[in-house]
Amino acid sequence: MSWNQKHLLDIESLSAEEITAVLDTAREFKAVGERAIKKVPALQGKTVVNFFVEPSTRTRVSFELSAKRLSADIINFAADASSFQKGESLKDTARNLEALNADVIIIRHKAPGAPHFLARFLDAHVINAGDGAHEHPTQALLDIFTIREKKTHIEGLNVTILGDILYSRVARSNIWALRKLGANVTLCGPITLVPRVFEEMGCRVTYNLDEALAGADVINLLRIQHERQRKTMFPSIGEYTRHFGLTWARLALTKPDAIIMHPGPINRGVEIESELADGNRSVILEQVTNGIAVRMAALYLVNGSSNDSL
Amino acid sequence: MPDKRPVLESLDLTRAWRRVGHEIAEAHPASDRIILVGIQRGGVALSKQLGKTLADIYGKEIHIGSVEPGLHRDDLSNRAMSELLPTELPKDITGQIVILVDDVFYTGRTVRASIDALLGFGRPQCIQLAALIDRGHRELPIRADYIGKNLPTHPEERVEVHTTEEGVPQSVMIQSP
Repeated sequence: MSWNQKHLLDIESLSAEEITAVLDTAREFKAVGERAIKKVPALQGKTVVNFFVEPSTRTRVSFELSAKRLSADIINFAADASSFQKGESLKDTARNLEALNADVIIIRHKAPGAPHFLARFLDAHVINAGDGAHEHPTQALLDIFTIREKKTHIEGLNVTILGDILYSRVARSNIWALRKLGANVTLCGPITLVPRVFEEMGCRVTYNLDEALAGADVINLLRIQHERQRKTMFPSIGEYTRHFGLTWARLALTKPDAIIMHPGPINRGVEIESELADGNRSVILEQVTNGIAVRMAALYLVNGSSNDSL
Repeated sequence: MPDKRPVLESLDLTRAWRRVGHEIAEAHPASDRIILVGIQRGGVALSKQLGKTLADIYGKEIHIGSVEPGLHRDDLSNRAMSELLPTELPKDITGQIVILVDDVFYTGRTVRASIDALLGFGRPQCIQLAALIDRGHRELPIRADYIGKNLPTHPEERVEVHTTEEGVPQSVMIQSP
């Protein structure tokens, strides 16, 4: 199996084989999650720290459950309850966490590159749980895992990513992963949120939703990130919904078996019609279930590479 | 170039493996509660072949499954994580006679991990072990119930079993360091 990474920092630096190794491993962990006893002793005695310097509930909970199902001990360390407010630097805080003999540090931070920074001086394995608008590797891996489960393959699929691409780490990680595995990626959204520069990553960029949906196998909807927009990037929510909201009528343009994905949380009635989110084409809740399997795979694989590289 | 030599030939191995089937049938008058469980990956193909022998003897199909010991190993932090293969059990193992099947029985650690993995699924009446090759050097108090061939080896050597896709043993090779 081709996995030789000590950390999981981004998708950009992974090979197609490494991405596939995570997906294959996750498939077995998904089976573990479906058993009566959902726990295996693989990471018994390991300490994992959920180090979240930016608010998050679902990713944190998903990692927490993943670590527990692998029998690791996990502690949550949220920034607002910590010494950050007392002026401690990121480096000092991380060193303190490592001094607790943490084996894995899962970090979410608003600064792009914060996980890479920690990985340079910590002995612990570092997993990126989202760094600013840069990457969110486990989200992309769970998205790809879900697509592969539904479509059996990735190569040659038409995947449309819709919405706020500019501020989205989910979009960046997804684009890297999908391109490496040979999917055709179309990006669509307001011109202010979907700059042409993404064409350099091998994507098609369009500002016409009908064009973006035509022949799509997968539609990945991204949330409008109010918190990351420094100024208003489009006139109003109503206008966004009118131009880029996914409706039953528009869904007819896609392939008849196209699936709808969303990393959550959903703004019902904004980027997607409420009934569509609950409909049989939606795999949004399966993404949540798969997230645990993929994060178990990530924790398992980074731990395995440790003594190899020494 | 490491020295790699065949030590046992197909006919010997096939007969030994068939004999193991007869020993199992001798120990268990009825086949209803028997589940053969191949240890990933070397035991899986062999379990299918053993299942055929047993089906011939009992006159009906035998339940066959597989188990992945990887997540239950005791040496996870000393080695690269290996590829995980499916654990598939054909039915609830509680109250059943589970016969673990492996190609090479060595330290006993893989068998220990497989037993732990199985116990997460239920409480069998008993778990037994059938292996094509016993190469010795146990590191745990674990023994096999059915053995095809005993093969004296040096701990440094590597033992490889080759089978056809259907699990018919073809050859056993020893590779010296």
